[in-house]
Amino acid sequence: MMQKTQTARDWTSHPSYRHAPYKSTALRAPSKPLTPLPEGLSELTGPVYGHDAVMGLDSDMTKNAAMNGAPLGERIVVSGVVMGEDGKPLPNTLVEVWQANAAGRYVHTADQHDAPLDPNFLGGGRCVTDANGVYRFTSVKPGAYPWGNHHNAWRPAHVHFSLFGPSIATRLITQMYFPGDPLFEFDPILGGVPESSRDRLVSEFSLDLTEPGIALGYRFDIVLRGRNQTPFESAP
Amino acid sequence: MSDFQNPARGQTPSQTIGPFFAYGLTPAQYGYGHLTAIATGSLIGEGVEGQRITLAGRVLDGAGEAISDAMVEIWQADSQGRYSHPADPGGRNAPFVGFGRVGTGTDPGARFLFETIQPGAVPGDADQAPHINVILFARGLLNHLYTRVYFADQAAANAQDPVLAALPEDRRGTLIAERVETPAGVEYRWDIHLQGDKETVFFDL
Repeated sequence: MMQKTQTARDWTSHPSYRHAPYKSTALRAPSKPLTPLPEGLSELTGPVYGHDAVMGLDSDMTKNAAMNGAPLGERIVVSGVVMGEDGKPLPNTLVEVWQANAAGRYVHTADQHDAPLDPNFLGGGRCVTDANGVYRFTSVKPGAYPWGNHHNAWRPAHVHFSLFGPSIATRLITQMYFPGDPLFEFDPILGGVPESSRDRLVSEFSLDLTEPGIALGYRFDIVLRGRNQTPFESAP
Repeated sequence: MSDFQNPARGQTPSQTIGPFFAYGLTPAQYGYGHLTAIATGSLIGEGVEGQRITLAGRVLDGAGEAISDAMVEIWQADSQGRYSHPADPGGRNAPFVGFGRVGTGTDPGARFLFETIQPGAVPGDADQAPHINVILFARGLLNHLYTRVYFADQAAANAQDPVLAALPEDRRGTLIAERVETPAGVEYRWDIHLQGDKETVFFDL
C-alpha cells in the first residue's frame, strides 16, 4: 500500500469514542470500527482561511462584546504555537475559541447554570497564526461550571479551541485547561484522554506572556497531524 | 520569538465540541452578532456556477433521536471537480470556497441544511464519483467523525467508485443521499446514523 503523505490520527493520543464515565458517549459513539480510506485530493485539501477571515477585536474577548465597560474576571492572555508533528510551525492557520465567562456561564440558551451572564462578555474569538505559527488571545479566565453527567459533576475551567491546519485531515477541536485545577481527576471529558497525553491539554503559566499590571499569561501549544517523511525512492 | 521554539510533543488530543459552540463557531445561524461567521450553510453566491442543490438531513443517535446539538461541516469540489486549495493543481485559484458549517440547533426538525452546488468528479481522483466530504462534531463525540455523501442519481459513477466498492455491500447505502425534486429545487436527503443497523460508514481519516 502506498504510504500516505499525511500522518495518521494517533489513537494512542486521542480519546476513545466510547468512554463510559462520560455518559453522552453511550448513544453517540459509533459502534462499528472506522473504515480505512485511501488518501486523495479530498483528504489532502481543506478550507483555507487567512488573515482576511478575522477582524481587529476578534482575538480580544475583553473588548469584542463590551457594551458599557470591561468584563468581570481575571484577565488572561493565552498564546502558543500551532505546529505539525515534526515541530514545524503552521503559519496563517485559523484558530477559533469559545469559553464560559468568569462565573462559569455560557452565552447559550441551553446553559441553565444559575450564574450571572456578563453584559460585557460573550466569550467567542478567533485569530490567525503569524509567520511563526503563533496565535494570541486576550480574555478573562473562565469559571468552572456544574453539569448533569453525574451527581455533583463540575467541569474544570477550560477554553474550547477549533483549528483547521492544512487539510481536512488536520482538523481538530479540543479544550485547553489551566494548570493545577483540582477538578481534573473528577472530569470524565479530560479523563477520556489517555493518561500519557492528558497533560498536553493543560496550559502552562508563563511569566513571559504575563503583561505587567494587565493580564496573566498562559502558554498552550497545539500539535496537529503532520506529514510523513518522503519515502526513499530506490533505483529501478 | 526564541522562547516559542519547542520540540513537537505528539498530537494534541481531541475533545468534544460540547453543547455551547454556537456563539463561537456558528454565530450568524444562531443569532449571535458579535462575530461574523467564517462559514454558514450557504456555499452559493454571485458567480458560482453549477447545479444548485440542497443537502438536508439529521444526525441520529443510538436511540434514533435526532441530535439538536451537533455541528456538521462539509468540504467539496466545485462543479468542475476543483478544490479551492493549493494542493489541487487545477483548483488553487478556483473561486468556489467549498466549505460550509451548520449546527443542528436552529431547525425545528434538528436538520442540517446546506445550500450548495453539485460537485463535479475530481480529475486528480479520476475513479471517484462526485461526493461531498463531511466532518461531524457533537456533544458526546470525543473525536470528530469523517464521512462522505454520494448522490443516488449518479449510479453509474457510484458503481465505479473504489471507496464505495471497498465497503460491505449492505453499508454502501449509508453514504448515498436520496434525490428529491421539491418546488424549491433539487434536494438531497441524507441522515447520519451514529449507531445501529443503519450506522453510517465513518472513515479512519
